[in-house]
Amino acid sequence: MKNPFFVSLADFARGRDEGRFTLEEVTAYFLDRTRSLSDEIHACLSVNDNAINRARQLDNRLRREKPPSPLTGYPLMVKDNLEVRDQPTTCASRILEGYRSLRTATAVSRLLSLGAIIVGKTNLDEFAMGSSTENSAFGPTRNPWDPSRVPGGSSGGSAAAVAAGLAPLSLGSDTGGSIRQPAAFCGVIGVKPTYGRVSRSGLVAFASSLDQIGPFAVEAEDALEALVAMAGADPLDMTTEGRDPEEMRRDFHQASLSGLRLGVPVALFGEGLDSSIRERLADVRKGLSSDGVREEEIELAHAAMGINVYYVLATSEAASNLCRFDGVRYGFRAPGSGTLREMYEETRDKGFGLEVKRRILLGTFALSAGYQEAFYRKARKVQALIRQEFLDAFSRCDIIMTPTSPTPAFSFGEKTGDPLSMYLSDIYTITANLAGLPALSVPAGVDADGLPVGVHLIGPPWSEGRLLAVAREISRRWPMPLPRVHATHGTAPGRKGGGEK
Amino acid sequence: MSEGTPLFRGYEIVVGLEVHTQLLTKSKMFCRCENRFGAPPNTLVCPVCLAHPGSLPVLNAQAVRLGIRAGLAAGCTVNPVSVFERKHYFYPDLPKGYQISQYAHPLLSGGSLRVRTGAGERFIRIHRMHLEEDAGKNLHAGIPDKSHVDLNRAGVPLLEIVSEPDIRSPDEAVDYLKRLRQLLRATRVSDGNMEEGSFRCDINLSVRRPGAPYGTRVEIKNVNSFRFVHKAMLYEIDRQIDAIEAGEPIRQETRLFDPASGATKSMRSKEEALDYRYFPDPDLPPLRMEMAMVEEERLAMPELPERRVARFVETMGLSLADAETIVGEEALAAYFEEGVSLLHASPATKGEKGRDRWISFVLSEVLREFNLRGEEVLEGATAPAATVPLIAKVCSGDLSFSQAKEVYHTAVEEKVEPLEIVSRQNLVQISGEGELVALVEAVLAENPVEVESYRKGKDRLFAFFVGGVMKKSRGKANPEKVGEILRSKLGSPSP
Repeated sequence: MKNPFFVSLADFARGRDEGRFTLEEVTAYFLDRTRSLSDEIHACLSVNDNAINRARQLDNRLRREKPPSPLTGYPLMVKDNLEVRDQPTTCASRILEGYRSLRTATAVSRLLSLGAIIVGKTNLDEFAMGSSTENSAFGPTRNPWDPSRVPGGSSGGSAAAVAAGLAPLSLGSDTGGSIRQPAAFCGVIGVKPTYGRVSRSGLVAFASSLDQIGPFAVEAEDALEALVAMAGADPLDMTTEGRDPEEMRRDFHQASLSGLRLGVPVALFGEGLDSSIRERLADVRKGLSSDGVREEEIELAHAAMGINVYYVLATSEAASNLCRFDGVRYGFRAPGSGTLREMYEETRDKGFGLEVKRRILLGTFALSAGYQEAFYRKARKVQALIRQEFLDAFSRCDIIMTPTSPTPAFSFGEKTGDPLSMYLSDIYTITANLAGLPALSVPAGVDADGLPVGVHLIGPPWSEGRLLAVAREISRRWPMPLPRVHATHGTAPGRKGGGEK
Repeated sequence: MSEGTPLFRGYEIVVGLEVHTQLLTKSKMFCRCENRFGAPPNTLVCPVCLAHPGSLPVLNAQAVRLGIRAGLAAGCTVNPVSVFERKHYFYPDLPKGYQISQYAHPLLSGGSLRVRTGAGERFIRIHRMHLEEDAGKNLHAGIPDKSHVDLNRAGVPLLEIVSEPDIRSPDEAVDYLKRLRQLLRATRVSDGNMEEGSFRCDINLSVRRPGAPYGTRVEIKNVNSFRFVHKAMLYEIDRQIDAIEAGEPIRQETRLFDPASGATKSMRSKEEALDYRYFPDPDLPPLRMEMAMVEEERLAMPELPERRVARFVETMGLSLADAETIVGEEALAAYFEEGVSLLHASPATKGEKGRDRWISFVLSEVLREFNLRGEEVLEGATAPAATVPLIAKVCSGDLSFSQAKEVYHTAVEEKVEPLEIVSRQNLVQISGEGELVALVEAVLAENPVEVESYRKGKDRLFAFFVGGVMKKSRGKANPEKVGEILRSKLGSPSP
């Protein structure tokens, strides 16, 4: 979360332009810290060996010309289901072990073209399926606030990387809460954009109609800058829309809290919601109303069905999307298999982990002849109801607030034996994906155990700028302490971490 | 039973055809790889058509346009919204593990095609046309115990054209396919090349007693020539009737035609049928038709084969059969028309006489060479611009028609322009009165018996005298003038 060079993107850009540090120094620091925390946090699956070279090149170029963007030279972590050319993309799965990408995801390449420097690729639940990063085939990531707890998931590595100060900015993907829930667990900001805002080209698909790429950052404005850079129509993704990314920056700077109508679905704050989170949410609401925010009680009657709908739709699409991992063209192929059918079966049996196989089975069932009407098609209908319900609600309010997660970060193993309870940890986040709406999680301090509490904001389509403006206000009121890992691993430059326990 | 429905051993057959035709686009359906046949294996591939993780399909607008064009040509309705869906099955030639196709909402609905067989003329209704992508090819030749996959074809755009079960005989099926192929070629939607697999056919066939409800339908997959379609149908008709007469039920199944044995063989039964788990592809938004584009295609529609046949019959005096023969081959029809306009452009050859000579020349000589050697005879040294002057020489009396034919075949053989051969062989028609009279008198003098018979009424001998003169002149005599002189010398035969 903290580093010796800068406190925000704007501060970084100033320091860089004033010559307070070189990009090489900065990059070396984050690479070192990532490597030294690789056992304790295990946020990364691979480190970018080329990062230092790139930093040197940029340093040289900056001696001759002005940087094109504040992001020039900014360190970046990328979830390992986003493609970066010539680098491994594992999706934390054995089935992609050894695979190297042929090209770079559009969202990533837009950041790279502005000069961002990739530090490494971050851990995740296999194929982004999970809420704790425990489903990684290469071992879990630990929460920088408490190593006995999960960082959330599926983008747990990216959230933990920012919280632990391994990079000031990271990218995740969010299908049902995979950016926002780990952001809440790790005490950072995480944004899921409007469906169609950011190109999915180069994102290994989990559920194509729900997936979106988004940023993790400490400061709302940093997340905004990353989002503006990534957003916009992409000829490689037909589901992107031609909205002008600059509208987000405009909204962010023009938004005013005074008179803002905050929708609160109080019926959803009942059973299963941790009392400390409920109380913190009440405090946040109180603070906002003193800023002139008006509360509107709203009802989201179908939202409760979100989990059911989600696990039908997401698994159906996932089962389809994962058909291509068949051992024929790339990645893992089970050795010594006999017939074609045996090759398929053994490759997919050994290549995929338990949760992925569970979801492939669920999705295959939901789409199969005789069941498609009862499951997939019905789920689509309920999805349409949920979407409409949100759009109706937004005629009475500008932003909806809920908790991000019903509980703070849970312990390892706490939910792995009970997939249903794991699925329920996404209850507040899932509906934004189903309705295609932008949403974010912003930390509002820590609870009595010192664990971060996340506030979840959902807006109408294309309202990311305003959501981030509200997040900025919440951050101001609830400054975060430093995660525990900063106490054990200091932030002085040029020193390997881990020395001062 | 409708009147005139052909029966096979007392049974009526009910047939619907599914045609898959590759579209003449520059690039593939969902990526920018080149759409081309015959490249070395796996050289026309990219992350999208190899189904690498993270790749997304991007719809080729030209494929949509060509689909619309085919549909308009067959009188289909363009649906305002159509949807791409995923059809799932595992096979090495299908990289994504699903094929992108259209299912519940096709690009085009309705339409029909007029067929004409010995049994008369009928309309075969077209149920639908939809877009989809082709699969690659598994290659089994070469290394034992191993299969290779060539994915050059994976993602090539296909139009699937599904007929209603309106076809009632193998002749009708073949005629339907020929006309459909003609239509696709005339509109430049597809090259219809069957050897290269750009026009493939599945047959759905059942038999029933006239008036009885539909029988159980059997699908015969991937029959790739008109001849095989005919053979496969005849085999399948007999097989089904044999089974029924033996009291065995027809199983609903998919069968494959084996060209070597001429038989169809069971591939999988209905029970083994795959569950394709169709659902709308979330990577491709529903296709909303731009009506302006549809109108553009409608306006730019070239003359369709049926219309062209009618025009040839009405304005050029061709018989229906001759017009269909010429229009049946797009390249031949273009050649023919170019010749007609060249003849028309010159005052010396303008008019019916020149045109009729051209028609008979094309239908006999050119068609023969075309069937033998293909499109090359319509181009280069024997293109219309080079061949028409030969007919002009016939019109002006400088060459006889038989000389012209001989010259043409030599020209095709040697790939040399016909007029070059004319001057090389110093071919000139003898039209001079004196020379011809001498020739005629010589022939008559040599055949006194025949002259006598002719005068007694055996008028068939006239051709014999003409032939004699032509022979004596080594084919150079002007046959019309020879006729005139002969008539005056011989007088009319007495009855």
